[in-house]
Amino acid sequence: MMRWGNIAWFLALALLLAFITAPDLFTFVFAPLTEHNAPPIYNQGSLLSLTLSHLLIVFGAAFASTIIAVSLGIFVTRPSGVEFLPLSRSLVNIGQTFPPIAVLAVAVPLVGFGETPTFIALFLYGLLPIFENTLSGITQVSPLTLEAAKGMGMSPRGRLFGVELPLALPVILAGIRLSIIINLGTATIGSTVAAKGLGEVIIAGLQSNNLAFVLQGGLVVALLAILIHGVLTRIERSASARLGGRGSESL
Amino acid sequence: MIEIDRLTKRLGDTLIVDDVSMVVEAGTIAVVVGTSGAGKSTLLRMINRLIAPTSGRVLIDGQDTMSIPEDVLRHRLGYVIQGNGLFPHRTVAGNIATVPRLLGWDAKRIARRVDDLMTLFQLDPAEFAKKYPHELSGGQQQRVGVARALAAEPALLLMDEPFGALDPVIRNKAQEDLLSIQRRFGTTIVLVTHDMEEAFRLGDRIAVMDDARLLQYGTPAELLTRPAGEFVERLVGTTERPFRLLSLTKVKDVVEPGTSAGQPLDAATNLRDALSHLMWCGRDTLPVSDEGGALLGRITVEGILAHARQPA
Repeated sequence: MMRWGNIAWFLALALLLAFITAPDLFTFVFAPLTEHNAPPIYNQGSLLSLTLSHLLIVFGAAFASTIIAVSLGIFVTRPSGVEFLPLSRSLVNIGQTFPPIAVLAVAVPLVGFGETPTFIALFLYGLLPIFENTLSGITQVSPLTLEAAKGMGMSPRGRLFGVELPLALPVILAGIRLSIIINLGTATIGSTVAAKGLGEVIIAGLQSNNLAFVLQGGLVVALLAILIHGVLTRIERSASARLGGRGSESL
Repeated sequence: MIEIDRLTKRLGDTLIVDDVSMVVEAGTIAVVVGTSGAGKSTLLRMINRLIAPTSGRVLIDGQDTMSIPEDVLRHRLGYVIQGNGLFPHRTVAGNIATVPRLLGWDAKRIARRVDDLMTLFQLDPAEFAKKYPHELSGGQQQRVGVARALAAEPALLLMDEPFGALDPVIRNKAQEDLLSIQRRFGTTIVLVTHDMEEAFRLGDRIAVMDDARLLQYGTPAELLTRPAGEFVERLVGTTERPFRLLSLTKVKDVVEPGTSAGQPLDAATNLRDALSHLMWCGRDTLPVSDEGGALLGRITVEGILAHARQPA
């Protein structure tokens, strides 16, 4: 099973790399989808550079979300931060319920067009899964284990970094994976406010009524999501294997 | 030596531990028994300050525990809990090395200590050092838990229902191992249990707690022959009494001169097991031999029964 999964993953990677570096090779696939001699392959910029910008903004936002959400999750599970738990929950929930497109609408007048409003929208949208998983990861650590750690004289900091976080790691990683996968798709709307990314391909297709473009943008995003999901799941699995295979559930 | 001096824990209006004083001599095992909710775990956890007492104090070798920083105190006291609380993300060796690492021992010394302890607890280092807790059986996990508590050579070991999660056969073995290790290192042990059998087996002295108070603290024989009140009497088991009393005495203390036919009994056997053996063989008397096999005399059913009688 694992081996077939690996082969499929490498095939998907090869397909993606071939398509974004030499899209013209695939003309025969997309030509039937166009009308009136429209170009079958996206020709308004390099797919490779659009893909890289897309990844950069998604991972950048995920990195920022992780830092904030994990720190917040740690803070509200300390004795000194427990009272902030309901407040942080509501804040993070607002980040998730507020549609990213609305965040863009609000952010553009404040910070202008480009990558920044998109980054803000993705950052807010990605907070919730990571925060909730950090919380459940830390709170599911067995009280017995913590009692033993305390009884052996581990300091609060030692318990956090030596026991709680390592044990919560698989669940936190699942949250990060979820956040990244969601935002890979969500990032395409950034192109409506002139952020460089794969959304450009889709929007160009919509504007010129070119189904081939729409499909190309969508396919590249989908392949990216599948590939990244594969890698992150693998990392989670190796992190939870040591714990006896438990603790890899996501939200 | 550990002195518990008028220790009290109050939560709101409820007394969890009410004015308990007791002394555990160095190198002995004190077992705290009682019904659940009697305050025995709280008492234990006030010794290593996992719970702060409302009043009273604990002295370890004359030193007030409140004068020792919390973590330093806990490094000096081994702590074993029910279900062992092993770190699931650390190997057996990593688990055992926990406190030595906190104390900053050098790697070589830690490795040697871990190796020694694993061998002592019959866990082959080559096979088990790199395993994770979930790959071990319950009995093995429990042994790792005790080994971990002993890693930094603590003079005092606190155990909270350490064998509660084990099945009877493994529990017996674990108790035997604990006794032999205790004798070897001369560790002082305070052990909490609700299992009277375990208390009589392990305890040099037994503390009976009920409803937050210490009802009696004495040797197993004292509890049986002079129980302080009805609760203690009920707890030690009125029908079990003579048998428990027998299990406290060794054959070598009851040997009579004379000879007898049959397979000799080991002088270190306790009277309860000896009686059971005599009944099973259908004999009134059997010869007694020491470890080397030299005959010391004989033992009779009558002689044994005399020890099961209520003292006048």
